[in-house]
Amino acid sequence: MTDIGFVRADMVDAKPAPNRTSGAIAWAQKNLFATPLDGVLTVLGVVFLLWIVPPLYNFFIGHAVGPSGTVEECRMENAGACWAYISSEMEFFIYGFYDIPQQWRPNIVFALGAALLIPLLIPKVPFKRTNAVLFLFAYPVVSYFLLAGGVFGLMPIPTEKWGGLLVTLIISVVGITLSFPLGIILALGRQSKMPVIKTLCIGFIELVRAVPLISVLFMASIMLPLFMPQGMTIDKFLRALVGVTLFTSAYMAEVVRGGLQAIPRGQYEAGASLGLSYWQRMYFIILPQALKHVIPGIVNSFIALFKDTSLVYIVGMKDLLEAVKTKNDTALEWQSANTATTGYLFAAMVFWVFCFSMSRYSIFMERRLNTGYKR
Amino acid sequence: MSQVSETTGAPTARSTMQISDTNVAIEVIGMHKWYADFHVLRDINLKVMEGERIVIAGPSGSGKSTLIRCINRLEEHQEGQIIVNGTELTADLKRIDEVRREVGMVFQHFNLFPHLTILQNLTLAPIWVRGIPKAEAEATAMHYLERVKIPEQANKFPGQLSGGQQQRVAIARSLCMQPRIMLFDEPTSALDPEMVKEVLEVMISLAEDGMTMLCVTHEMGFARQVANRVIFMDQGQIIEQNEPEAFFSNPQHERTKLFLSQILH
Repeated sequence: MTDIGFVRADMVDAKPAPNRTSGAIAWAQKNLFATPLDGVLTVLGVVFLLWIVPPLYNFFIGHAVGPSGTVEECRMENAGACWAYISSEMEFFIYGFYDIPQQWRPNIVFALGAALLIPLLIPKVPFKRTNAVLFLFAYPVVSYFLLAGGVFGLMPIPTEKWGGLLVTLIISVVGITLSFPLGIILALGRQSKMPVIKTLCIGFIELVRAVPLISVLFMASIMLPLFMPQGMTIDKFLRALVGVTLFTSAYMAEVVRGGLQAIPRGQYEAGASLGLSYWQRMYFIILPQALKHVIPGIVNSFIALFKDTSLVYIVGMKDLLEAVKTKNDTALEWQSANTATTGYLFAAMVFWVFCFSMSRYSIFMERRLNTGYKR
Repeated sequence: MSQVSETTGAPTARSTMQISDTNVAIEVIGMHKWYADFHVLRDINLKVMEGERIVIAGPSGSGKSTLIRCINRLEEHQEGQIIVNGTELTADLKRIDEVRREVGMVFQHFNLFPHLTILQNLTLAPIWVRGIPKAEAEATAMHYLERVKIPEQANKFPGQLSGGQQQRVAIARSLCMQPRIMLFDEPTSALDPEMVKEVLEVMISLAEDGMTMLCVTHEMGFARQVANRVIFMDQGQIIEQNEPEAFFSNPQHERTKLFLSQILH
């Protein structure tokens, strides 16, 4: 009894507080100079930054020629990036050889695409079904006739003239929206119990995956016409589109298959025992779970497709990168030490903006779809 | 061994349950099944009348789960016939779907759809298989959720529920299709001991309503209380079947005696 009871006899005096654990100095001590090795690494890091940052700053901003600069400025010694060249070539980078007076047509296509795509990507916006139907079915038709012309008194513009960012975006948007469902169907086909379908899907996937995209495109542009009846041609642009789509769908199929394999057999059986048909089971039960598992892989394929669009130069299309490489009259006028570099940097930045957005959006989607039900 | 046993007349829940004399729910005739070269089910003959409640017992690997999985064609049989509600199961997908609509199944691991809420789990099949309007399907779903005593969980996800609750949802999900036969594949084996009772209570009340039930289970108390026939399987064969009273007090086959001596302490 006495062992349990306790009465304090001496009071404890106040002591000085331990070392500060917050604030800039404490943070630096903890994260930058915790040990001698850390200190050395920190110093080395700072030296590296001091060495690399100022020249980069000078090239990109300090000594760069702004958008309103002149060729002479770009040709000066010590001149940095020649942004003036980009701004004077911007139209070519965006539209390629698309007739200048007609450029309002791609502009409408861009605006319409943004107006339909952005609400589709924001979960809270209502009317998703209508929105999706408009984007997937109405939009491509409208865009095609707007861009190609030849109807409603619109001047026909052959696809050979399309170029720049316009081509990059068309190929990637069409490629992504078509290769995704196609990849799902191929993945399901590969798991099918029907031997013919299964063999066809495996054959297609393995063949396409075993061949570089560049040779698929090359085949499409050189070989395909040989098999065509005399006088019949398929548009180069269409061939590139089909090539890119089929290529990506094979990769997509394997990504989706990975997701399908992660779904326990019990899920298939529960659906079956309730009397749901095969397609109902897939649509309501299996695919929503499987696709959620493989969002990173799917977006990986999308990003790869977006960057691979630059390979369509093989069939003579002028996508963004090719437009930057093209030595047209303006490019020759603007010739200077840094013109080409600036062009490539610009292309890289545009690609980065699109790919990075896709990546961030996929992370957002993953978080949103995670209902915390993992068991 | 009686093929179909009458109710015993004992003052248990059993006496209130009606068994049809004429309507056959399930008939299995000379059925065999192989997994590759392994003969899992051998010459199974079984006739289940409407309203019968059958418990299938036996050691693991005896083929009891495989047998009830054959009854809604989650597994294929290679020889013999399985006739459910008058429809023979063949490779014909239409017939399979027809049978599955009328046969509910409850799994050991619940197999709820984790990406759907409880209510969506319950209404998915009625809406898309039976074509019932959404509002009506939801009303039915709530009715069965109340019956299994968890209406307040309707808008949660399966992962937020306990095992016992999930299994009750799984039972309710099958009931929403208003099946004529319910199959239970070890429904309490994956549950914490504390949760077994709540699931068994739901199953007992289902039996009292006259549902035709086939249960693979190790709950011998449940078998005594509800079953009107116990089937004992070993090595893919039906070794013995009898009324529960006689089955437990006076087993005939040596294998049955051994099994019972091991599980009844």
